[in-house]
Amino acid sequence: MTSTTSSRTTAAGGPPGGPPPGTLPISLPARARWAVSDSWTVTRRYLIHWVREPSYIVWGLMYPMVSVLLFGYVFGSAMVVPGGGDYREFLLPGMFGMTMMFGIGNTMMGVTTDAAKGIADRFRAMPMARSGVVVGRSAADMLNSVMDLVVLVGCGLVVGWRAHGSPAETLAGIGLLLLLRFAFIWVGIYMGLIAKSPETAGNLYALLFPLTMISNAFVAPEMMPGWLGTVAAWNPLSSTVAAIRELFGNPGLGGDSWIAQNAMLMAVVWPLVIVAVFLPLSVRRYRLARR
Amino acid sequence: MTPNGSAIVAEGLRKQYRQTRALDGFDLTVREGAVCGLLGPNGAGKTTAVRILSTLLEFDGGRAEVAGFDVVRQAAEVRYRIGVTGQSPAVDEILSGRQNLEMFGRLYHLGGTEARRRADALLERFGLADTGGKSVKHYSGGMRRRLDLAAGLIMAPQVLFLDEPTTGLDPRGRIEVWEAIRSLVEGGTTVLLTTQYLEEVDRLADQVAVIENGRVIAEGPPERLKSMIGGDQLDVVVADGGELAAATAIVARVCGAEPDVGHDTRRVSAPVRHRVATLTEAVRALDDAGVAVEDIALRRPTLDEVFMRLTGHRAEQEESA
Repeated sequence: MTSTTSSRTTAAGGPPGGPPPGTLPISLPARARWAVSDSWTVTRRYLIHWVREPSYIVWGLMYPMVSVLLFGYVFGSAMVVPGGGDYREFLLPGMFGMTMMFGIGNTMMGVTTDAAKGIADRFRAMPMARSGVVVGRSAADMLNSVMDLVVLVGCGLVVGWRAHGSPAETLAGIGLLLLLRFAFIWVGIYMGLIAKSPETAGNLYALLFPLTMISNAFVAPEMMPGWLGTVAAWNPLSSTVAAIRELFGNPGLGGDSWIAQNAMLMAVVWPLVIVAVFLPLSVRRYRLARR
Repeated sequence: MTPNGSAIVAEGLRKQYRQTRALDGFDLTVREGAVCGLLGPNGAGKTTAVRILSTLLEFDGGRAEVAGFDVVRQAAEVRYRIGVTGQSPAVDEILSGRQNLEMFGRLYHLGGTEARRRADALLERFGLADTGGKSVKHYSGGMRRRLDLAAGLIMAPQVLFLDEPTTGLDPRGRIEVWEAIRSLVEGGTTVLLTTQYLEEVDRLADQVAVIENGRVIAEGPPERLKSMIGGDQLDVVVADGGELAAATAIVARVCGAEPDVGHDTRRVSAPVRHRVATLTEAVRALDDAGVAVEDIALRRPTLDEVFMRLTGHRAEQEESA
């Protein structure tokens, strides 16, 4: 791919260049190759960030560690699990789910900052695959999430949480968490693209905390006022948390509503619906240049 | 390279934002290898025009070709042939200068080896070879702009868009960027440069388009635009600011035009029709009136004056020098 290009063009203002012959993707496989290679280049950008600024990652990992300790020991001693059982066993799956959702903040800030700095425009004015930037970003965020989850599970083990299910069930639980994270990455990318400035993105992010609380992560939705309990039960986070509690063999809340009965199904359906909505929206929004 | 020798052709471009009409029949032709200065006040439509021509913005009417390709239907072809430098440096702050250029090279599908080779060549050329390994956040303003320019040049573009490339730079940074642009032009790149600084156009451009309210109201080589407003200017600098009013009246009568008065500089300027006759008459009239003159001369008008005549207001909100 490169050997033919160097004779045509030079970087030092020699003969003006165009695309190397045969580079412009006409066929579907050629387009797919572009999309993959461009996404990887963008993912690589974030991996280089981690290497150059490890503190960035370390601070990111502090958050789940501190919250496990905070909720596990500070609040945990004052709370009782409705169905009985150890509160920390009940709590940790909620923390896992919540951390997956909070990942949205990183994604959103990164996307908005790029737009504010003009680097997004540079990408747009380049002959890249249109999905490259957003897909590359989501891949990097997924890798980051895996690290988050490793730290989180490690902290959980330290404070006495255990997965009691079979290894396959445990893996399935981890898989559901990453699926939720994947879905919310696309929400984050979309919100990052529509936010006008990093400040707006910060404000949107602040709304997220109450949204994660209106769920079954800490208390049973049945204990909330009627309508709020319904909202909490239908929160995608609740389905994932209920499902992983079951898979990990941790104390759960049960519940008679349809949504509580079908947590396992909805833990798969919800994220897929979210991706189906927000992935095309994000790619589309990315293509439409802003003012 | 292009059939008609024009690197940029815009015909009747229209772009409407909610309430404002940003471009309203924008026409522009830039021949290959030229440096065209697009000059206009804030909000005149300069950035909108550049964004449309660099495939970043959809528009409502008209058509545009860059490097011989339609900006809408052949956007990928255009993107391979242009470089863009916007108002703020569009580079990654955490990556090093070299890593930035290498990333952009990969996104042009050059492959790792070639991308690295070009990154090194560009760093060398823009005087960043020594600092190429440092994070961009440790760069000075001028260094960032140079890196940004370099990023626009990875594919040795046929057409380079520079949107206010020196806004916000100190004089030293500005000169660094000007030098970089000049060396590019020697390589045959066509440049469309938007700016609020008339000095920048005077130094760099061989074609000027004045834009106001979304359309080009005057176009041509700087010299022709300058002669359009009536040829030479008469400049009178009085020794005593108290005599400015008297001098203004005399210059107005002799030149038959309303003069421009600079109170700080004690300077009165007006366009002249008959060069020597007017000069002689002005000297005599000032002498008769007993006005002490520090300096009197005929000169070519500046682009600032061209701009004033064409639009009725100044281009620059702030002092550029």
